[in-house]
Amino acid sequence: MIADFTAVGGAVLRRNLTHAFKNPALLVPSLIFPLIFLIAFAGGLSNIGNVPGFDFRSGYTAFQFVFVFLQSAAFGGVFTGFAIAADFESGFARRLMLSAPRRPGIIAGYVVAAMVRWALTAAVVTVAALIAGMQVDGDGVQLVGLVTLGLLLNATAVLWGTGIAMRFQTLQAGPIMQIPVFLILFLAPVYVPLELLSGWIHSLASVNPATALVEAGRGFISGEPTVVGVAYLAGFGLVALMLVWALTGLRKAERRA
Amino acid sequence: MTSTLGQVGLIARRSVRRTLRQPALIVPSIVFPLFLLAVNASGLAAATKIPGFPADSYLDFGITVTFMQGALFASITAGTEIATDIGSGFLNRLQLTPLRRVAILVGQMSGATMVALLGAVTYLAVGVLSGVDVKSGFGGAVVLVLYALFTAVAFAGIGATLGARTGSAEAVQSVFPLMFTVFFLSSMNMPRNLIGVDWFRTVATWNPVSYLIEGMRSLVITGWDTTALLRGLGVGCVVLVLSFWAASRALATRMART
Repeated sequence: MIADFTAVGGAVLRRNLTHAFKNPALLVPSLIFPLIFLIAFAGGLSNIGNVPGFDFRSGYTAFQFVFVFLQSAAFGGVFTGFAIAADFESGFARRLMLSAPRRPGIIAGYVVAAMVRWALTAAVVTVAALIAGMQVDGDGVQLVGLVTLGLLLNATAVLWGTGIAMRFQTLQAGPIMQIPVFLILFLAPVYVPLELLSGWIHSLASVNPATALVEAGRGFISGEPTVVGVAYLAGFGLVALMLVWALTGLRKAERRA
Repeated sequence: MTSTLGQVGLIARRSVRRTLRQPALIVPSIVFPLFLLAVNASGLAAATKIPGFPADSYLDFGITVTFMQGALFASITAGTEIATDIGSGFLNRLQLTPLRRVAILVGQMSGATMVALLGAVTYLAVGVLSGVDVKSGFGGAVVLVLYALFTAVAFAGIGATLGARTGSAEAVQSVFPLMFTVFFLSSMNMPRNLIGVDWFRTVATWNPVSYLIEGMRSLVITGWDTTALLRGLGVGCVVLVLSFWAASRALATRMART
């Protein structure tokens, strides 16, 4: 049973990674977009670090790096969701469903593939930020904590995308995968800490689960951990919720296959 | 035979109808920039406290970015429509008619131009309702919409060039990140003199997009700033001439090939 699960997951993982890494049209945007945001936010808006009340210890590049790092994790998951929808459009997913002895293994394969794909993006973004002079004050354990937050966000996004792809089975559902992720991320404190936000965006950011993830990530990189418990609770909670969403999507897809 | 203007009208009518029948093209190009404006205006409100920041409200400062994003969408829409017509064989069939190339080119961009106009009016209306104070008054607001339309047409020429050269809608879409990069590497989020990173400020100074944005922005935050307006218009004219020249050449090559 477990062997079947891992065999299915392994096959999906290999295929997805081969397809992604051999196709520049798929690979390049997932690398370029986070770099654009890093340059635009950390470079173009660096003077925001001089705003009265902004006292992030590691500087504005590190402050923005965490957001871009976590954003790339989420969008890495969404891009894998696109690949699942494309597999349905080409008819591959239907054949996969017929041949797989343990179908949840399909989901596991896509989740791990998304993580591997994101690992490359994360490495590129990190190197770019270090070249730009990012100051890292967190220790090794804290940086592992930051990467773990990224993995949780990546898994959340790919499971969300999987649920959508399994239900709609078309790439035209792409905006439904992408827009909620975009909204949730950008309604967190992107440019300044939560305390410096005011009005409606402060109210929304205060109840947005992504805020805890972003703030905890910033705490890790500056060596001053904050809201860690809330962030992990939110992260694992989102993964659990999206796992149910993806599995019920799989059941619906099985009925249509 | 119909005059060139009549020919443009024929193609334009088809282009506008086709575009207006696709809400998936129109809605994101209006909603997405407004969402980003809302987030930036609130999230970057603290930026107005930086000494020397030229506006009291980031909403006033940032509203012109929506017009540039509208131009970006116009570019992608124009390119995608031309590429789709090449892919579906419509351009081949047009070649059997006595239509002039310029009529095809200008007519094909009408759909994208219509979306840009719709977007510009919506951005301005939403902005004013949200509290944007256009320092140049009602006349300035009208000029702002015309300026935005002019910029969108100039950028639509870039999209049309790509669409005609590649004949692939996917290829046009894949250029989106590159154009997005050019936009971000400008003074769209911060005045050039307040950009703290030297290389970024240098790139923004050489980036023509900065002058287009600054021209538009001057109408909102300064009033009638002739220098900023003329610089922006000058850059816009260069982009317009070059992009239409390139699009015309690409279309000629494509038609000769078919």
